[in-house]
Amino acid sequence: MPSSKFTEFINGAKATIPMIIGAIPFGIIFGTLAEPSGLSIWGAMAMSLFVYAGSSQFIAVGLLATGVGPVIIIATTFVVNLRHLLYATALVGKVSHLSQGWRALLAFGLTDESFAVVNSRYLGRTDTVYAHWFFLGSIVAMYSNWQLCTWLGIGLGELFPNMTNWGLDFAMSVTFLGIIIPYLRNKPMWLAVISAAAFAMVLQDLPNQLGLVIAALSGICIGYASQQIEVRIRLHKATGDVIKATSGVIKATSANKGSHKP
Amino acid sequence: MNETMMIAGMAFVTFGIRYVMFAMAGRIRFALWFKQALGYVPPVVLSAIIAPLILMPQGYLDLSLANPYFWAALVAAGVGFWRQHLLTTIVVGLVCFVLLKWTMM
Repeated sequence: MPSSKFTEFINGAKATIPMIIGAIPFGIIFGTLAEPSGLSIWGAMAMSLFVYAGSSQFIAVGLLATGVGPVIIIATTFVVNLRHLLYATALVGKVSHLSQGWRALLAFGLTDESFAVVNSRYLGRTDTVYAHWFFLGSIVAMYSNWQLCTWLGIGLGELFPNMTNWGLDFAMSVTFLGIIIPYLRNKPMWLAVISAAAFAMVLQDLPNQLGLVIAALSGICIGYASQQIEVRIRLHKATGDVIKATSGVIKATSANKGSHKP
Repeated sequence: MNETMMIAGMAFVTFGIRYVMFAMAGRIRFALWFKQALGYVPPVVLSAIIAPLILMPQGYLDLSLANPYFWAALVAAGVGFWRQHLLTTIVVGLVCFVLLKWTMM
């Protein structure tokens, strides 16, 4: 029997709790950063309400602080959030039967965190009649926490103007680190991640987060290229094995034919 | 007004990226190479974001004991690979970071 809509919704929210713990300091620090960077209180709140993408909100605030214009900030947001296209591609088969309104709602809340939680709900399961309620539960939990923390951060930022020095930004780093780890299952992925990290550090001083963009693109190219090379090598080996095996069989059969007399 | 425009633009591109596939409900097909390359995007972008934050918090590469970001991340990564459990990774990392930061103050 499939679980009810309500149970799915609650389970979705519950499964998101680890992500929420990582997002609490992350949301608070975003709120505190808003004012020193020159963003208004309403601007900070609107960003959390309508953009709802933690890492790009952080980067936007960082860019604003260095006086970068809106066009570059929007372009950077695009590049940084392009990874969500992959999340949507992975999940589209699970939501294509839903109404356009449902799909828009679920797409709006498709963050790194909810994707990680929802994707593992769908993996290898057939009882997915009401799984979109699980998805929604994850989004509602994550979204309301994000709003609350942004608001709290704005307030705390006013109370403690030096809070930005406390190092709470580590919460974002450790959450992302936790999300990266399950991806590291093969050599091409390791190569991609390590080279992106190295490029990001070497190119850190380039203006307008250009270093981040170049690092990401280089990482993707290196990962993809090494995957192709690995596939070729494996193919080559496999062909070699097949040839060896076939010649072995041929030898064996001919030897058999020679020795065996009916 | 500049701010409104910027936030509207950010909201538009973010929602656009997240919605386009769902809106078309599978009627968009990507080439195999594109899909394979896309598979690298999330971990690559996330690591490009965090590497400078963790390894060079003062703007230069710092692997000394005085860099709590590095040591806390190292412990968190170790726990992450060992337990394969996200909440444990995050909590251990945060606790480790706070302790390191606190002992250094």
